Amino acid sequence: MNNQEHILIKESSDVIRARQMGRKMTKDIGFGSADQTRLATAISELTRNIIEYAGEGICDLQIISDQNNIGLKVTVEDKGPGITDIESAMKDGYTTGGGLGAGLPGTKRLVTSFDLQSEPGHTKITIELMRRKII
Amino acid sequence: MKVPILKLKDILLTSIQIDLTDEDAIEFQNDVMQQVSRTEAKGIVIDITALDVVDSYMSRVLNDTANMVRLLGCEVVITGMQPSVALTLIEMGRELINVETSLNLDQGMEKLQQLISASDSTRAVKGGEYNE
Repeated sequence: MNNQEHILIKESSDVIRARQMGRKMTKDIGFGSADQTRLATAISELTRNIIEYAGEGICDLQIISDQNNIGLKVTVEDKGPGITDIESAMKDGYTTGGGLGAGLPGTKRLVTSFDLQSEPGHTKITIELMRRKII
Repeated sequence: MKVPILKLKDILLTSIQIDLTDEDAIEFQNDVMQQVSRTEAKGIVIDITALDVVDSYMSRVLNDTANMVRLLGCEVVITGMQPSVALTLIEMGRELINVETSLNLDQGMEKLQQLISASDSTRAVKGGEYNE
Protein backbone atom coordinates (compact mmCIF):
# COMPACT_ATOMS: atom_id res chain seq x y z
CA MET A 1 0.00 0.00 0.00
CA ASN A 2 1.44 3.34 -1.07
CA ASN A 3 1.11 6.11 1.49
CA GLN A 4 1.48 8.82 -1.08
CA GLU A 5 0.31 9.39 -4.65
CA HIS A 6 0.94 12.23 -7.04
CA ILE A 7 -1.40 12.73 -9.98
CA LEU A 8 -1.01 15.22 -12.79
CA ILE A 9 -4.34 16.81 -13.72
CA LYS A 10 -4.51 17.81 -17.38
CA GLU A 11 -7.65 16.30 -18.89
CA SER A 12 -11.01 15.09 -17.65
CA SER A 13 -9.92 11.45 -17.51
CA ASP A 14 -7.37 12.55 -14.86
CA VAL A 15 -10.31 13.65 -12.69
CA ILE A 16 -11.55 10.06 -12.76
CA ARG A 17 -8.05 8.69 -12.08
CA ALA A 18 -7.59 10.99 -9.09
CA ARG A 19 -10.94 10.17 -7.49
CA GLN A 20 -10.50 6.43 -8.05
CA MET A 21 -7.11 6.64 -6.35
CA GLY A 22 -8.68 8.54 -3.45
CA ARG A 23 -11.34 5.87 -3.09
CA LYS A 24 -8.76 3.09 -3.16
CA MET A 25 -6.57 4.74 -0.52
CA THR A 26 -9.48 5.39 1.86
CA LYS A 27 -10.60 1.80 1.34
CA ASP A 28 -7.08 0.58 2.15
CA ILE A 29 -7.15 2.33 5.53
CA GLY A 30 -10.53 0.80 6.36
CA PHE A 31 -12.97 3.62 5.60
CA GLY A 32 -16.54 2.59 4.81
CA SER A 33 -18.28 3.18 1.50
CA ALA A 34 -19.89 6.47 2.62
CA ASP A 35 -16.50 7.98 3.48
CA GLN A 36 -14.93 6.54 0.34
CA THR A 37 -17.64 8.24 -1.70
CA ARG A 38 -17.35 11.53 0.23
CA LEU A 39 -13.65 11.73 -0.46
CA ALA A 40 -13.87 10.58 -4.09
CA THR A 41 -16.58 13.17 -4.73
CA ALA A 42 -14.57 15.95 -3.05
CA ILE A 43 -11.53 15.07 -5.20
CA SER A 44 -13.74 15.08 -8.28
CA GLU A 45 -14.96 18.61 -7.54
CA LEU A 46 -11.51 20.04 -6.80
CA THR A 47 -9.69 18.46 -9.74
CA ARG A 48 -12.46 19.48 -12.14
CA ASN A 49 -11.98 23.08 -10.99
CA ILE A 50 -8.31 22.78 -12.02
CA ILE A 51 -9.27 21.79 -15.55
CA GLU A 52 -12.04 24.34 -15.82
CA TYR A 53 -10.17 27.34 -14.44
CA ALA A 54 -6.44 26.64 -14.67
CA GLY A 55 -6.03 24.09 -17.46
CA GLU A 56 -3.63 21.92 -15.50
CA GLY A 57 -2.36 21.25 -12.01
CA ILE A 58 -1.54 18.54 -9.55
CA CYS A 59 -3.34 16.40 -6.99
CA ASP A 60 -1.38 14.92 -4.09
CA LEU A 61 -2.88 12.26 -1.89
CA GLN A 62 -1.31 11.24 1.39
CA ILE A 63 -2.33 8.91 4.18
CA ILE A 64 -1.81 10.66 7.49
CA SER A 65 -2.33 9.61 11.09
CA ASP A 66 -1.74 10.63 14.68
CA GLN A 67 -2.31 8.82 17.91
CA ASN A 68 -6.09 8.66 17.62
CA ASN A 69 -7.00 9.41 14.02
CA ILE A 70 -6.24 8.22 10.54
CA GLY A 71 -7.24 9.69 7.24
CA LEU A 72 -6.35 11.07 3.88
CA LYS A 73 -4.94 14.49 3.09
CA VAL A 74 -5.48 15.74 -0.43
CA THR A 75 -3.74 18.79 -1.85
CA VAL A 76 -4.66 20.25 -5.22
CA GLU A 77 -2.54 23.01 -6.69
CA ASP A 78 -2.56 24.98 -9.90
CA LYS A 79 -0.97 28.01 -11.50
CA GLY A 80 -4.24 29.40 -12.81
CA PRO A 81 -5.71 32.88 -12.41
CA GLY A 82 -6.61 32.28 -8.77
CA ILE A 83 -9.85 32.94 -6.93
CA THR A 84 -10.24 36.69 -6.53
CA ASP A 85 -13.21 36.60 -4.17
CA ILE A 86 -12.74 33.65 -1.81
CA GLU A 87 -15.63 34.66 0.43
CA SER A 88 -18.09 34.54 -2.48
CA ALA A 89 -16.54 31.34 -3.88
CA MET A 90 -17.38 29.61 -0.60
CA LYS A 91 -21.04 30.63 -0.78
CA ASP A 92 -23.65 28.28 -2.20
CA GLY A 93 -24.80 29.26 -5.64
CA TYR A 94 -21.78 31.40 -6.57
CA THR A 95 -20.09 30.58 -9.86
CA THR A 96 -17.93 32.21 -12.49
CA GLY A 97 -17.68 29.07 -14.57
CA GLY A 98 -21.24 28.44 -15.68
CA GLY A 99 -21.87 25.71 -13.11
CA LEU A 100 -24.38 25.79 -10.31
CA GLY A 101 -21.78 26.95 -7.81
CA ALA A 102 -22.11 24.08 -5.36
CA GLY A 103 -18.55 22.85 -5.90
CA LEU A 104 -16.44 24.46 -3.16
CA PRO A 105 -19.01 24.90 -0.37
CA GLY A 106 -20.37 21.41 -1.12
CA THR A 107 -16.88 19.94 -0.96
CA LYS A 108 -16.20 21.64 2.37
CA ARG A 109 -19.25 19.95 3.88
CA LEU A 110 -17.96 16.50 2.87
CA VAL A 111 -14.60 16.65 4.64
CA THR A 112 -13.14 17.19 8.11
CA SER A 113 -10.94 20.15 7.23
CA PHE A 114 -10.75 22.48 4.26
CA ASP A 115 -8.11 25.11 3.59
CA LEU A 116 -8.00 27.39 0.58
CA GLN A 117 -5.14 29.70 -0.36
CA SER A 118 -5.27 31.62 -3.57
CA GLU A 119 -3.46 34.46 -5.30
CA PRO A 120 -3.10 35.22 -9.00
CA GLY A 121 -0.89 32.47 -10.42
CA HIS A 122 -1.24 30.05 -7.54
CA THR A 123 -4.17 28.31 -5.90
CA LYS A 124 -3.78 25.60 -3.28
CA ILE A 125 -6.62 23.74 -1.62
CA THR A 126 -5.98 21.20 1.13
CA ILE A 127 -8.65 18.88 2.45
CA GLU A 128 -8.52 16.15 5.05
CA LEU A 129 -10.96 13.40 5.85
CA MET A 130 -10.05 12.04 9.27
CA ARG A 131 -11.67 9.29 11.30
CA ARG A 132 -10.94 7.85 14.71
CA LYS A 133 -8.72 4.78 14.61
CA ILE A 134 -10.52 1.57 15.46
CA ILE A 135 -8.70 0.15 18.49
CA MET B 1 -16.90 5.42 -24.47
CA LYS B 2 -20.51 5.07 -25.64
CA VAL B 3 -23.32 4.20 -23.28
CA PRO B 4 -25.70 1.81 -25.09
CA ILE B 5 -29.38 2.79 -25.23
CA LEU B 6 -31.75 -0.13 -25.82
CA LYS B 7 -35.32 0.01 -27.11
CA LEU B 8 -37.91 -2.25 -25.50
CA LYS B 9 -41.36 -1.74 -27.08
CA ASP B 10 -42.12 1.94 -26.44
CA ILE B 11 -39.51 2.32 -23.70
CA LEU B 12 -35.80 3.08 -23.80
CA LEU B 13 -33.42 1.48 -21.34
CA THR B 14 -29.93 2.68 -20.61
CA SER B 15 -27.43 1.81 -17.91
CA ILE B 16 -24.29 3.82 -17.19
CA GLN B 17 -21.74 1.11 -16.39
CA ILE B 18 -18.49 3.09 -16.23
CA ASP B 19 -17.18 6.37 -14.85
CA LEU B 20 -17.96 8.97 -17.50
CA THR B 21 -15.63 11.86 -18.23
CA ASP B 22 -17.34 15.24 -18.59
CA GLU B 23 -17.21 14.89 -22.38
CA ASP B 24 -18.69 11.38 -22.20
CA ALA B 25 -21.51 12.69 -20.02
CA ILE B 26 -22.46 15.36 -22.55
CA GLU B 27 -22.27 12.81 -25.37
CA PHE B 28 -24.59 10.55 -23.36
CA GLN B 29 -27.03 13.44 -22.93
CA ASN B 30 -27.04 14.08 -26.68
CA ASP B 31 -27.47 10.37 -27.47
CA VAL B 32 -30.45 10.11 -25.12
CA MET B 33 -32.12 13.13 -26.72
CA GLN B 34 -31.56 11.78 -30.22
CA GLN B 35 -32.83 8.30 -29.39
CA VAL B 36 -35.93 9.66 -27.65
CA SER B 37 -36.74 11.81 -30.63
CA ARG B 38 -35.90 9.13 -33.24
CA THR B 39 -37.77 6.23 -31.59
CA GLU B 40 -40.72 8.33 -30.29
CA ALA B 41 -40.33 6.48 -26.98
CA LYS B 42 -42.91 7.17 -24.28
CA GLY B 43 -40.46 6.68 -21.46
CA ILE B 44 -36.85 6.09 -20.58
CA VAL B 45 -35.12 4.45 -17.63
CA ILE B 46 -31.62 5.66 -16.80
CA ASP B 47 -29.92 3.18 -14.50
CA ILE B 48 -27.00 4.51 -12.44
CA THR B 49 -26.37 1.46 -10.23
CA ALA B 50 -22.72 1.29 -11.31
CA LEU B 51 -21.96 4.96 -10.65
CA ASP B 52 -20.01 5.22 -7.40
CA VAL B 53 -19.47 8.97 -7.73
CA VAL B 54 -22.10 11.50 -8.75
CA ASP B 55 -20.53 14.92 -8.26
CA SER B 56 -22.12 18.32 -8.86
CA TYR B 57 -21.34 18.12 -12.57
CA MET B 58 -22.81 14.66 -13.11
CA SER B 59 -25.88 15.53 -11.04
CA ARG B 60 -26.43 18.57 -13.25
CA VAL B 61 -26.09 16.48 -16.40
CA LEU B 62 -28.58 13.89 -15.11
CA ASN B 63 -30.98 16.58 -14.00
CA ASP B 64 -30.75 18.47 -17.28
CA THR B 65 -31.10 15.30 -19.33
CA ALA B 66 -34.26 14.29 -17.46
CA ASN B 67 -35.81 17.74 -17.87
CA MET B 68 -34.90 17.92 -21.57
CA VAL B 69 -36.37 14.48 -22.20
CA ARG B 70 -39.61 15.51 -20.48
CA LEU B 71 -39.83 18.57 -22.70
CA LEU B 72 -39.97 16.13 -25.60
CA GLY B 73 -43.00 14.50 -23.97
CA CYS B 74 -41.14 11.42 -22.75
CA GLU B 75 -41.27 10.25 -19.11
CA VAL B 76 -38.04 9.57 -17.18
CA VAL B 77 -37.08 7.50 -14.16
CA ILE B 78 -33.55 7.29 -12.77
CA THR B 79 -32.89 4.00 -10.99
CA GLY B 80 -30.35 2.37 -8.72
CA MET B 81 -28.62 5.27 -6.99
CA GLN B 82 -26.12 3.92 -4.46
CA PRO B 83 -26.96 4.86 -0.84
CA SER B 84 -23.54 6.47 -0.36
CA VAL B 85 -24.09 8.54 -3.52
CA ALA B 86 -27.47 9.75 -2.23
CA LEU B 87 -25.87 10.62 1.11
CA THR B 88 -23.05 12.57 -0.53
CA LEU B 89 -25.39 14.51 -2.84
CA ILE B 90 -27.58 15.61 0.06
CA GLU B 91 -24.58 16.55 2.21
CA MET B 92 -23.24 18.66 -0.64
CA GLY B 93 -26.57 20.39 -0.93
CA ARG B 94 -27.33 18.84 -4.31
CA GLU B 95 -30.18 16.65 -5.34
CA LEU B 96 -31.97 15.59 -8.44
CA ILE B 97 -34.73 18.15 -8.71
CA ASN B 98 -37.98 17.26 -10.45
CA VAL B 99 -36.68 13.83 -11.38
CA GLU B 100 -38.44 10.58 -10.53
CA THR B 101 -36.13 8.01 -8.95
CA SER B 102 -36.50 4.37 -7.96
CA LEU B 103 -34.47 1.99 -5.85
CA ASN B 104 -33.93 -0.50 -8.65
CA LEU B 105 -34.77 -1.33 -12.25
CA ASP B 106 -37.84 -3.41 -11.30
CA GLN B 107 -39.50 -0.60 -9.38
CA GLY B 108 -38.29 1.91 -11.93
CA MET B 109 -40.08 0.12 -14.78
CA GLU B 110 -43.26 0.02 -12.71
CA LYS B 111 -43.05 3.72 -11.92
CA LEU B 112 -42.36 4.55 -15.55
CA GLN B 113 -45.43 2.61 -16.70
CA GLN B 114 -47.55 4.52 -14.18
CA LEU B 115 -46.16 7.86 -15.38
CA ILE B 116 -46.84 6.91 -18.98
CA SER B 117 -50.45 5.86 -18.36
CA ALA B 118 -51.04 8.96 -16.23
CA SER B 119 -49.79 11.24 -19.00
CA ASP B 120 -51.79 9.26 -21.61
CA SER B 121 -55.02 9.71 -19.65
CA THR B 122 -54.33 13.43 -19.12
CA ARG B 123 -53.94 13.76 -22.84
CA ALA B 124 -57.18 11.85 -23.44
CA VAL B 125 -59.10 14.12 -21.05
CA LYS B 126 -57.61 17.24 -22.58
CA GLY B 127 -58.46 15.90 -26.04
CA GLY B 128 -62.08 15.34 -24.97
CA GLU B 129 -62.47 18.88 -23.66
CA TYR B 130 -60.99 20.24 -26.81
CA ASN B 131 -63.57 18.47 -29.00
CA GLU B 132 -66.53 19.96 -27.13
